[in-house]
Amino acid sequence: MSGKPKLIYFNGRGRMEPIRWLLAAAGVEFEETFLDTREQYLKLIKDGSLMFHQLPLVEIDGMKMVQTRAILSYIAGKYNLYGKDLKERAFIDMYVEGITDLTNMIMMFPFSPPEAKEKNLALIMERATHRYFPVFEKALKQHGQDFLVGNKLSWADVQLIEAILAVEEKFPAVLSGFPQLQAFKTRMSNMPVIKKFLQPSSPRKPPPDDRYVATVLKVLTE
Amino acid sequence: MAGKPKLYYFDGRGKMESIRWLLSAAGVEFEEQFLTTREQYEKLLQDGSLMFQQVPMVEIDGMKMVQTRAILNYIAAKHNLYGKDLKERALIDMYVGGTDDLMTFIIKFPFLPAEDKEKELAHIIQKATGRYFPAYEKVLKDHGQDFLVGNCLSWADVHLLEAILMVEEKKSDVLSAFPRLQAFKANISSIPAIKKFVEPGSQRKPVPDDKYVETVRKVLRL
Repeated sequence: MSGKPKLIYFNGRGRMEPIRWLLAAAGVEFEETFLDTREQYLKLIKDGSLMFHQLPLVEIDGMKMVQTRAILSYIAGKYNLYGKDLKERAFIDMYVEGITDLTNMIMMFPFSPPEAKEKNLALIMERATHRYFPVFEKALKQHGQDFLVGNKLSWADVQLIEAILAVEEKFPAVLSGFPQLQAFKTRMSNMPVIKKFLQPSSPRKPPPDDRYVATVLKVLTE
Repeated sequence: MAGKPKLYYFDGRGKMESIRWLLSAAGVEFEEQFLTTREQYEKLLQDGSLMFQQVPMVEIDGMKMVQTRAILNYIAAKHNLYGKDLKERALIDMYVGGTDDLMTFIIKFPFLPAEDKEKELAHIIQKATGRYFPAYEKVLKDHGQDFLVGNCLSWADVHLLEAILMVEEKKSDVLSAFPRLQAFKANISSIPAIKKFVEPGSQRKPVPDDKYVETVRKVLRL
């Protein structure tokens, strides 16, 4: 069954945003259905569309895929963004998993209780500058290539540019100690498909606001 | 670089246990280095052995791999436990995502404050019997085959057996409403490499106790 992939999620970033990024980087157009009522969500469960009763859900190539990582791996594999062999894939997976740990902190941030927000924000900055960004700065410096793995655009590069921009939204000067990442950010942002995705009116979603948080809680909570 | 994979972790299950299961199911012998002191951990950090300053770490095929999912992906693919094509891999990834979510509750459980444990235990059982086990019961019922994907042993089967046994340790009759999972458990457990791993004397680790929790907290300064 051909046709565009269909993304079913809230009208916001959350766990679907890396999927939007990866499809965009692969040059794949997609459609979106936004959930804003509990009834829509319960209907999806009743229809048997959500294997583990969870979102994201992506209808793609005849499958109703759930589990963010499974969806991303499928897209990466299908569109040649997963390296050329097992070892390249191993590095892409390691990098992607590390970046995901960082972006998960950002994703969960709007849902943290008010008293924990300051601490969580500081932790995001600490982790970004001391644990995650140094790894990619070093990798780029060591091989001197434009992309993280195999001298070719991969899922890892797309995930990294997404993470950099997300952290910069909170800490605009976060890349100040990372010249390789600054150059990487510029190169990636200028790639036609990514440049297009970064323009207003693309499917890219804005940073989560109170309304987004309220919608998620309303839909998912009894 | 040939030679046995070498696993660096605490002497206990945690996030390394799924890796032990998968290597064993693949018939791959491995060595283990157990972390018992903070000094050992700091040495690994200083050596640059831990990409994101975290364990598990597995030395395999000349790589120092970190990130549990990256390691598992690599082992599964290398040993033909990852399906025959992209679509089978998509199913395996989805199924493994679910069992991973379930097992993560159980991995975290020993680290909870005593007063939260009873409630969390009920939550784990409820998720297992209300969300996860029904999903896998249905997969097996729908195709009537012995294995979850492609009529052939895969990582998904090994991961599900591990999850079933872990939940049964908390509630021994948890499979009572799931006849196909009972048959699945018997089938997969009887595969020679897995049978060997489930017997005493293997590298399978016991249920985490207070000593294990204490060691992890001491080494990681949690």
